[in-house]
Amino acid sequence: MTWLNAVIQGILIGGFYALFACGLSLLFGVMGIINLAHGDFAVIAGYVAVILVPQTHLPMVFGFLVVVPIFALGGYILQRTIFQAALNRGDPLTILLVTFGLSIITENALLQAFSSNGQSLNIGNLITDSINPSNVISISDISLVVLIVAVVVLGGLQLMLSRTATGRTIRAVADDREAAELVGINYRHVFGIAAAIALATVALAGLASGMITEFAPTSGTNNLLFAFEAVVIGGIGSLWGTLVGGIVLGVAQQIGAQINPAYQILAGHLVFLAVLAFRSRGLFAVREAA
Amino acid sequence: MTTAPDLLRPDSIDRAQAFRIGRSARPSGWLIPVAAGLVILLAFMPALVSAGDTSLLVNVFILLTISTMWNLLAGYAGMVSIGQQAFIGLGAYAVLIGAIHGMEPFTVIPIAAVVCAVIALPISVLVFRTRGGYFAIATWVVASTAELVISSITSIGGGTGRSVPGLASLSPSLYGHITYWSSLAVVVVSLAITYLLLRSRLGLVLAAVRDDEDGARAAGARVMTARRIVFMVAALGCGAAGALLAVSQLQVQPASVFSVQFSAEIIFVTLIGGMGTIEGPIIGTIIYFALQQNLAQHGAWYLIIVGTVAVVIAIWLPRGLWGTATRRLRFEFFPVGYHVLPLKSQKKPSTPGAGATQPAGASDG
Repeated sequence: MTWLNAVIQGILIGGFYALFACGLSLLFGVMGIINLAHGDFAVIAGYVAVILVPQTHLPMVFGFLVVVPIFALGGYILQRTIFQAALNRGDPLTILLVTFGLSIITENALLQAFSSNGQSLNIGNLITDSINPSNVISISDISLVVLIVAVVVLGGLQLMLSRTATGRTIRAVADDREAAELVGINYRHVFGIAAAIALATVALAGLASGMITEFAPTSGTNNLLFAFEAVVIGGIGSLWGTLVGGIVLGVAQQIGAQINPAYQILAGHLVFLAVLAFRSRGLFAVREAA
Repeated sequence: MTTAPDLLRPDSIDRAQAFRIGRSARPSGWLIPVAAGLVILLAFMPALVSAGDTSLLVNVFILLTISTMWNLLAGYAGMVSIGQQAFIGLGAYAVLIGAIHGMEPFTVIPIAAVVCAVIALPISVLVFRTRGGYFAIATWVVASTAELVISSITSIGGGTGRSVPGLASLSPSLYGHITYWSSLAVVVVSLAITYLLLRSRLGLVLAAVRDDEDGARAAGARVMTARRIVFMVAALGCGAAGALLAVSQLQVQPASVFSVQFSAEIIFVTLIGGMGTIEGPIIGTIIYFALQQNLAQHGAWYLIIVGTVAVVIAIWLPRGLWGTATRRLRFEFFPVGYHVLPLKSQKKPSTPGAGATQPAGASDG
């Protein structure tokens, strides 16, 4: 029964990893951007919620109504300015250094403004409420909500990418930018849209993280490696893959922790390396990595 | 060659004959004595500066060593690693383990380096299955895995680490001097290996692969072997740097020797100075420490400046400071590429074609 509980907890935390990895997966899959500032952007979302949501008198659970649009707009602007300037250099290292620089700037600007104290988003009873199917298994309400949001967001985006005109355009640009330009697509605008969607999901992940645990200016990098692992396990270019990757990682970590608490993260790494060794393009890869 | 049609015009034929292929646009024979003089000067530094400055120089040499190795990996062999801290940490732990077993910590430094190079071989088999962004993440995960495995071994201190035994018996000044000379030796050997490697046949293969991988393969270049050698050499250098870290800090702690912060510093230093040039990491390291010494008291603002410099240089000065300078000056301290150069008889080439000569090492991508 404790093992079943480990698997259930793994799926729940995996949902959070997948939600966290969604924006990373999109930027990586569409633009080939390795965004080292991804975790820090999620932390910004937490602080934006702390400042703005109380002024709207909305309950914190609905904070996403305020933060997500701001991040979507910010994502579009970021892509059309700094990221596009970096991509124009044609060297993948440029964007790596730029996002690395943004990560340092973000962390230290937040430190300067908010001190290094941890903060969390107050969601009242939701944080303590849980479903208890047996005396060993406890499913926290907020974790379940985050898992459902992850499934809806990643599944919804995957459907959007495969079914809608916008999604088709994004895939076209991701597959062959020059050919897409030849048929009249403004790839810069499409990249902007993709970045807007990616940053919107980063906002959701940041809020989820603030509701489940605490966040602090430098806590962004903690989840970044897990998010990268989820993306690579699932395979670049597939958001379903990222969802499965997040859950595989979460379950591996919880089973590892069940064996010995010190093995939690190690177990996740070993699964990642095993996937790399036997299926180096991930479980659901649809195309070559950028 | 895109210049082929030009060669059909009579005046161009003369121009074409007026060129030779060489290593450097400027004579560089005097550079070896200069470099040797500089090394001798640096060797006497402990007698000239305070102990605090000496240990600062040790940190400079450690950062320069790992940046030079990362530059070899990313700048010349196209492998962008975020996981060189794996070998830094393993090198540090090799010293700790050797010292626990009664070995002299300083004599373990070369052994630690070789151990890291050997460990890099099986790791390369795994991570070489990936390319580009996947490779970067895979190396990061390998480094994190190494940290977690080491942290779980209690006999070498587990997660809290241990102090390196066998160093307390030395007098403070002798300990400081030996640490300094060891780090100077490591950085000089690292630069020498990099220089000689790039001037060897392997360097030619790497340049060919960087410019046109398919073409290089078709011409018979053993691309995988070349990459593997570079990966092992980089592990060798990072292992030595990690070993130095262990002796200079007197203790080894997993969270600090396996810190991803090393990768951040390496990337900053190399790209600021200019990736794909041996001089780049040297310039970058000097700038990094100059910024640190002058601005560190401003805390967060210092790092905000560092981050801004990184973004600005990445976008507007993608060749880095040295890469940009060397294009203008057509001068290299470490000439490793091949150039199309005017014949020596021509003192000052006045033909417009001469302006188009560019270092082979400076091509894009």
